[in-house]
Amino acid sequence: MIQTALDIQTIRKDFPILNRKVNGNPLVYLDNAATSQTPQQVIDVIVDYYSSYNANIHRGVHALSQEATDAYENARHKIQTHFNIAKPQEVILSSGTTHSINLVANGFSSLLKKGDEVLVSAMEHHSNIVPWQMLCERTGAVLKVIPMSLEGELLMDEYRALLSPRTKLVFCNHVSNALGTINPIQEIIDEAHKVGAVVVIDGAQAAPHIKADMQQLDVDFYTVSAHKLCGPTGVGMLYGKEEWLTKLPPYQGGGEMIAEVTFEKTTYADLPHKFEAGTPNICGGIAFGAALDYLNAIGMENIAQYEHELLTYATQQLLNIEGLKIYGTAKEKTSVISFNIEEIHPYDIGTILDKLGIAVRTGHHCAQPVMDFFGIPGTVRASFSFYNTKEEVDLLVKAVERARSMLL
Amino acid sequence: MTINEIQEEIVEEFSMFDDWMQRYEYMIELGKSLPLIETQYKTDDNIIKGCQSKVWVHAELENDKLVFTADSDAIITKGIIAILIRTFSHQSPKDIIEADTGFIDEIGLKEHLSPTRANGLVSMIKQLKLYAIAYQTQLN
Repeated sequence: MIQTALDIQTIRKDFPILNRKVNGNPLVYLDNAATSQTPQQVIDVIVDYYSSYNANIHRGVHALSQEATDAYENARHKIQTHFNIAKPQEVILSSGTTHSINLVANGFSSLLKKGDEVLVSAMEHHSNIVPWQMLCERTGAVLKVIPMSLEGELLMDEYRALLSPRTKLVFCNHVSNALGTINPIQEIIDEAHKVGAVVVIDGAQAAPHIKADMQQLDVDFYTVSAHKLCGPTGVGMLYGKEEWLTKLPPYQGGGEMIAEVTFEKTTYADLPHKFEAGTPNICGGIAFGAALDYLNAIGMENIAQYEHELLTYATQQLLNIEGLKIYGTAKEKTSVISFNIEEIHPYDIGTILDKLGIAVRTGHHCAQPVMDFFGIPGTVRASFSFYNTKEEVDLLVKAVERARSMLL
Repeated sequence: MTINEIQEEIVEEFSMFDDWMQRYEYMIELGKSLPLIETQYKTDDNIIKGCQSKVWVHAELENDKLVFTADSDAIITKGIIAILIRTFSHQSPKDIIEADTGFIDEIGLKEHLSPTRANGLVSMIKQLKLYAIAYQTQLN
C-alpha cells in the first residue's frame, strides 16, 4: 500500500499530456528527471501571456510593458520566497542550469590563478564538468575529483582530505541525475567554507523534490531549471550571494545589463540586471513562477513523501526481476532508479518499453564518468514524479519482464 | 539476387507478422545470424557514430562485390544492421550507392528512420554507402 495525503487521480487531471497514447498504449511517463510535464495551470499562464500582455519589459512606458514587467518581477519574487533568498537582486533569471553554471565558471576566470584548486564530485553531469575544465584551462587551476563509493555516495573523508587553502571552488550536484543520490550538501558547504572556498551547487535534480533554503544552507551559488519542476524549458534560476555576484564580471554584454553606454566606457547595471543581458524569456519566467505556485499548493513535503513511497515500492518490485541490478543505492535518494539486466543493453530495454508506451531514459545520462566508474555503457533510468501511480510502477515492472524474456 | 529482390523478400517475411512484438522478435533472431566482424576489425575506427549502442562495420571487396561484417552490443541494433547487410552484402559498390532503402518503412521500422533517433539507422545506411563509394573509387 502506498500512503499519501495527495489525491493523485485529481492531480493527474491537471496534466493533459498524461491522457495521450504512445504506440497504441496509454502513456506511462517515467522520464521526469529529464523533464517534468506541465500542468494546465502553467499552460494557461503561458497562453494568457501571449494572448493578453505580451510586451518587452523594463523599458516600455505603455500599459502592456508595465503589466509584463510586473508579472516578470512578481515571478522573481515567487522564486525568492520559494528558495528563501534574502534579497531579490540575488535571483538571476537564466536560461537554465547549464547557462547558470557557465556564467559562474566564466566569472571565476578573473578570480582564479595557477595552482588554485577546483573540486568537483565524481557523479556530475557533463554540463557540470566541462565548464570547470574550461575554467581550469583558462586559469591554470587544477581540477580535482571528490570520489564516490559503489553505492553512489560521496566519500566525505576523502572530500575533507582534498580541502586545503588552495581550494578556491567546490562544485557538486545536490542530487545526482544518473543515480538519484541526495548529497550531504550542508556538510559539503560548511567544510568548504572552513578553508575559504566558494561553493556552487547544481540543484536541477533536487528542486522537484526538495525545497532548498538558501539562507540556511549558506551556499554561495545554487542553480535550478524550471522545466524539471513543471515549468517551461529555457528558463531557470541562478542564486548567488550578493557579495559574489558583485565581484563577478558580467557574462554577456547587451541591452538590459548596462547603466550608461558611450564608445569610451560602459557602466553596468545593478544586480540582477548586470547578468540579464538582452530580452529575457519573459513568458518562461512568469510561467516558472506559476509552476512554483502549483507545486506549493500541493506541498513540497507531500510531494517528497509520496515520491519516496513510489521509490520504495518500485525498488522492491524491480529487484524481484531476475538479473536486475540497480546502480545508485545510496541511503538518501530521490525517486530515480537506474538499472540494467544482466547482459542486455539498456538501449534494447528502452526500445521495447517505448513500444509499450513507457517513457524512460536510456544511455549514459550525460554522465559518462559515472558509467565508466561502474564499467557499463549506460543504464535504463526510470524517474518518478508525484503524478505517477503505483499502477504505473506495476506496468513498468511487467514491461521490463517482457523485455527481458524477449531479449535474453 | 539483386538488392531489390532481397528487399522484396524481407518485406514479404515481415508481412507475415501481425504485431510489432513478432516483428521485433524476428529482428532479434536476424541479429543472431549477423555475419560477425573479426575481432581485429572491431576497432574504434570502425565504430559508426550516432548510435546509442556501439556498432562496428567492416567491408571487404571480393570479386568486385562488397562483403560486410558487423557487430553491436545491443541486440535490436544487431537486428537492424543484419537486415541492412543482408541487402547490401555481395553486391557491387555501384548498386549499393544507387540502392533505395524505402523498404525499411514497409517492414514497420519507420520510426527508426528519423535522423534524430538515437539508434542511428540513418548513420548505418550512410556508412555502408560510404564504404561503397570508397571501393567504387578504387575500382575506377
